[in-house]
Amino acid sequence: MALLEVRDLTVVFQRRGEEPFRAVDGVSFDVEPGQTVGLVGESGCGKSVTSLAIMGLLPKRGAKVTGTVKYDGTDLLKLSDKEMRDRRGRDLGMVFQDPLSSLNPVVPIGLQVTEVLERHRGMPRKEAMIEAKDLLDKVGIPDPNRRLKEYPHQLSGGMRQRALIAIALACRPKLLIADEPTTALDVTIQAQILTLMKELVQDLGTALVMITHDLGVVAGLCDEVNVLYGGKVVEKAMRHKLFAEPRHPYTHGLLASIPRLDAAPGEKLTPIKGSVADNIPWAQGCAFAPRCPNALDVCVQVTPAEEDQLGRLLRCHNPVVPGTPAAEEVPV
Amino acid sequence: MSETLVSVQDMKVHFPIRRGVFFDRTVGHVYAVDGVDLEIKRGETYGLVGESGCGKSTLGRAMLRLNEPTAGKMIFDGQDFSALKGEDLRKMRRRIQMVFQDPLSSLDPRQSVESILIEGLRAHDLDKGKEETGKRLRELLSAVGLPSTALRKYPHEFSGGQRQRIGIARALALNPDLIVADEPVSALDVSVQAQVVNLLEELQEQFGLTYLVIAHDLAVVKHISDRVGVMYLGGLVEEATAEDLYAEPLHPYTRALLSAIPVPDPVVEDRRERILLAGDLPSPANPPSGCRFHTRCPWRQATRCDTERPVLRELKPGHKVACHYAEQIQSGEIQPHEVKPILVEEGDDITPDVPLVGPASVTEALNP
Repeated sequence: MALLEVRDLTVVFQRRGEEPFRAVDGVSFDVEPGQTVGLVGESGCGKSVTSLAIMGLLPKRGAKVTGTVKYDGTDLLKLSDKEMRDRRGRDLGMVFQDPLSSLNPVVPIGLQVTEVLERHRGMPRKEAMIEAKDLLDKVGIPDPNRRLKEYPHQLSGGMRQRALIAIALACRPKLLIADEPTTALDVTIQAQILTLMKELVQDLGTALVMITHDLGVVAGLCDEVNVLYGGKVVEKAMRHKLFAEPRHPYTHGLLASIPRLDAAPGEKLTPIKGSVADNIPWAQGCAFAPRCPNALDVCVQVTPAEEDQLGRLLRCHNPVVPGTPAAEEVPV
Repeated sequence: MSETLVSVQDMKVHFPIRRGVFFDRTVGHVYAVDGVDLEIKRGETYGLVGESGCGKSTLGRAMLRLNEPTAGKMIFDGQDFSALKGEDLRKMRRRIQMVFQDPLSSLDPRQSVESILIEGLRAHDLDKGKEETGKRLRELLSAVGLPSTALRKYPHEFSGGQRQRIGIARALALNPDLIVADEPVSALDVSVQAQVVNLLEELQEQFGLTYLVIAHDLAVVKHISDRVGVMYLGGLVEEATAEDLYAEPLHPYTRALLSAIPVPDPVVEDRRERILLAGDLPSPANPPSGCRFHTRCPWRQATRCDTERPVLRELKPGHKVACHYAEQIQSGEIQPHEVKPILVEEGDDITPDVPLVGPASVTEALNP
């Protein structure tokens, strides 16, 4: 049985006097124990809202969450606030994008780590401090004894992210959700953090949901990849399959528009026309249709259904035939 | 084509660190740019890469004299740009334009696109009557791929990619020779980045522009540039053509940087050899002695590295590197070793030029 089973997760934001906005629109995916699953997409595709919905961190007022999120058999969305508080940090850990704003600036790092251990594992402070030191050591923070007493502003960006990972992993959760954990960091630091996460996930057997906009990060880290567009999963496959043969025009277009370090000199980029804002609602057809080089008439009339094609889920009326070059840019 | 347009000589930008309430005392300096020489040829694209805090943006701004450099000069088209003053400087600025990173904060929200574009034309007496200017504006917009209806709109009505196009049109309006683009695509979504990168390339072909592109994304820089300079802590560590740099990185830092960039291809990612750098970027207020990279360098040697600052030297035609042991590393004579991360202090890392303890009171300061 899957460790995490997300079915038909939908998040609708409703503000008074405004049209309801479907940020996440029927997202389903499974995470097996120890597996790394990636959620990829550009800004506004609903990837972060998905993670917040799973963790129960969306505001009660204004955000309507429907569907089921089963963790080890229990539906997290049906739990009370108190029950959810017991699980967050113990069963599910989370690492956020900006380590400075997710750490408390007026509490030393040590206390922020022991807080989790005291709350969920009932450890006395002294014992928790020793454990916290081991945790900081494990995530590669030099001189952990001194760092325990320091405040977040005294640490560099990479060290803060390491501290955040230590907090998330303090209770050995079976599932870790990382929301753009390396976006705020420089590439050499990003490489350090990604290697660290890879090792920790392997050592502890933790399942990881990796949320990112960087297809390069996904290519090296994730077992299964979900590509999101406009709040729906448009393509889902194992990473080797997805990158070797992207079938959805969006995935295909994304890969063709990224400059690659190992590209031949003089190779042209093929951008996707328009911008993320040029969407049509899914109810009317395919949200990607206005930007899609493969769009047919049916694309703006009928919502494409999710089809299973030999281990690949695809939501498209006119998928890319493997081996075709990216479409020429249409003037905007 | 090989005529030198820009020549930067020993450029230094040191920002003073000030402390004190009553008395503004300088207690140290941030060595943001510390002795950079570079040349940009007419019609080429020079890419400047490095991580945050390496001084690449400061260098770009100092070249335009948006920050006054502490030392060094920039020769632009045979004239000493850093010695110009007043009206001469203002006139010269027409020929060097800038495209900024964040297209929203670099466009005045209360100005329409028309007024944004016309402002520069007026300042340089290029506004020759309504009809001609109108024609010029429409030309500009079509060059950057915006409809002429955009003229009456305001920046907030556009998407990020379109705003960046407005920023480019503004730079283009004055027929510049050199455009300095500071992180022109890093604020944009991936699918839109490619549009702007292609636009910059097309415009270069069309108008014969010279670019200095400053970016942290080596993949973007490699794609767009003819020559690339890699910066680390205020200095250039390597300079080569984009192909050479990728095919044969000579400086240990460039090697690590190249190996750290994720490639969107699982087959490549699984096989790749990663050179992980230990620790963080040291503070530019207190840079390491000798080679600035020696604290994190896996190829560090016992001698010279921590005492003598390597100069940029030409190892192969067109390929310069600032490393004492570049040849030996290249030939495999020196092998990488483990590096222990060194603590980098945030904030309180100033080595004071003068004692930090100041006068306790005004009277004490006046009658020492």
